[in-house]
Amino acid sequence: MITNVTLSLAWRNLWRHPRRTWLTVGAMVFSNILLVFLISLQFGMYRVMYENSLRLFTGHLQVQAVGYIDEPRMRLTIPDAAGLAARLRDAMPGNDVAARGLAFALASSADRSYGVQIVGVQPEHEPRVSSLPGLVKRGRFLDNAGMQEAVIGSVLARNLRVDLGHELTLFGTGRDGSFAAGIVHIVGILDSGSAEIDRSFVQISLADFQDIFAMQGHGHSVVLMTSDLFNLKAATAKVEAIIESGESVVHDWNALLPGLKQSVQADMVSAWFMYAVLIVLVAFSVLNTQLMSVLDRTREFGVVMALGLSPARLGRLVLLETAMMAGLGLLLGVAVGSGVVLYFYHYGLTFPGLEAMTAQFNLPGRLYPSASFASLMLGPTVVFLACLAAAIYPAAKLLRMEPVAAMRAV
Amino acid sequence: MSTVCCIDLCRFFVQGEQTVRALDHVNLEIDKREFVCLSGPSGSGKTTLLNAIGGLDKPTSGEVWVAGQRIDGLDKADLANMRLHHIGFVFQAYNLIPVLTARENVEFVMQVQGVTASERRDRSMALLKEVGLEDMEERRPAQLSGGQQQRVAVARAIVSNPAMVLADEPTANLDSVSAEHLMGLFVNLNEKHQTTFIISTHDQRVMSYARRLIGMVDGRIVTDEIR
Ligand SMILES: Nc1ncnc2c1ncn2[C@@H]1O[C@H](COP(=O)(O)OP(=O)(O)O)[C@@H](O)[C@H]1O
Ligand SMILES: [Mg+2]
Repeated sequence: MITNVTLSLAWRNLWRHPRRTWLTVGAMVFSNILLVFLISLQFGMYRVMYENSLRLFTGHLQVQAVGYIDEPRMRLTIPDAAGLAARLRDAMPGNDVAARGLAFALASSADRSYGVQIVGVQPEHEPRVSSLPGLVKRGRFLDNAGMQEAVIGSVLARNLRVDLGHELTLFGTGRDGSFAAGIVHIVGILDSGSAEIDRSFVQISLADFQDIFAMQGHGHSVVLMTSDLFNLKAATAKVEAIIESGESVVHDWNALLPGLKQSVQADMVSAWFMYAVLIVLVAFSVLNTQLMSVLDRTREFGVVMALGLSPARLGRLVLLETAMMAGLGLLLGVAVGSGVVLYFYHYGLTFPGLEAMTAQFNLPGRLYPSASFASLMLGPTVVFLACLAAAIYPAAKLLRMEPVAAMRAV
Repeated sequence: MSTVCCIDLCRFFVQGEQTVRALDHVNLEIDKREFVCLSGPSGSGKTTLLNAIGGLDKPTSGEVWVAGQRIDGLDKADLANMRLHHIGFVFQAYNLIPVLTARENVEFVMQVQGVTASERRDRSMALLKEVGLEDMEERRPAQLSGGQQQRVAVARAIVSNPAMVLADEPTANLDSVSAEHLMGLFVNLNEKHQTTFIISTHDQRVMSYARRLIGMVDGRIVTDEIR
């Protein structure tokens, strides 16, 4: 039980050696500020990475036919995909929605043929859910539904030896299993930076897609971009209520693109190795401080043990002192760290070379740290716990202390 | 009934080839309400005897009985509990926790004993008044004289109405006026609360307060006189 005499005793014990305590608290504050800043920046970068990766093509949520995610068969479709997209758009303002059809086909130019991914998109809605329309480097994106236009990846264009204005013949299998064929002419060349997309994508309008592949108004997915990719529960529930059919399901991006989260987590692990070094250093400084503080008080501890105080109680006192010290480090570190984070949250952070570095990953040249409870508290909380853990050894030393020997100590 | 009883008590310290006989077959009985001085030159075994009686140290052989209970076989936790509730200690120096005020020093022990906050406050104030420090309860040890510090230690020693108070050379660091003041306080408390006092000293003036004077040499009791 902790009552006020014990609390004030612990607090005053801290300030017996103010310089020593401030040095230790200072180390905590410094590392806490650094951790708050680095982790917030890291979270901010991850958010941009997630957002950019998902905006490329996957979106935050997709409605698909049951089973399509495991085996994308032509026949696993959503009826009236454009109509469903329109209903979702109406019911969920603030979210962007577009319907798509997807098929594998053989694309032939005058000289060559390649297997390609045909993507049927709604030209008026696709640019709001995907960044691909903005990555058309030559020509333009699709504009009129039903004009047999196509946008194709830059690598595919090179492989097929085609350019703007050329024709492509598409051969595949329709939804009903029939032979499907169509002719489109190229209006745009896409350079997304994603090898897979640039090598295999052929985007045509959904209307053309439905014609060529005998879709009868069906599509393969309805893509949604929401306002917060980390907070999809409500949006998912809403979509589920609207589709209300046992044949379609909603998948979030983590299910659609499982590798994304894993690669971010791998990056997080390597960052924490670096943070661990910092945290271990702080923990050692606490260990040192509390060992000295226990040693300094050997006689005093001997006397109170002789009076009948249990070593366990004195050990808890040392832990309480450490908790107070670490709590102070946490408060000051989080306060200053949050200030720094909030500043860059508003004004962004850039430094020479950053733009060149981030451009490779299709990231913006100015970084904005995230400022969530987790990003601000995670590092300092770990430091706090590490400091407490470091005080266990000095506290445990008291368990072996004999009052008579302690009182004889100089 | 005796408060303290030592039977054939030995405490040897082995140091290399040498064995120091700090207590050498001590037999001793001290009754309730007695006011005893242990005297003897430095190294004669006074501290070792007090430690054995107070359960701070395990004897090499022999028996120690306190208030009808044999304590030399008790485990550490039981000994600590016995000290907390039944024995008051006053040591030569460094008695007080320097960051706590006089009142808090007294209260801290009561808090450990599980006394409620309001009772702690009342009792600590009353005890500080009894030892003549009623205006100094908010002072830290460093702001008190050596004699005043020892009186705070005495107040703390008697908070739980212990069966006995063990004081190991309590006046060794005091000037003669403070020493006499402290001894007067011991005598008063002994009479008023009927607490047994066992005080070790090699100071002649302190011995003059004793009603029973035990003399030790080389770990043995050589004189035992009631005056
Ligand atoms: N922990 C110990 N280790 C070794 N020798 C000790 C220890 N404690 C006491 N002694 C020895 O026992 C003898 C008695 O000591 P002590 O009881 O402190 O005497 P006093 O209090 O009368 O001065 C001394 O010779 C002392 O050196
Ligand atoms: Mg001694």
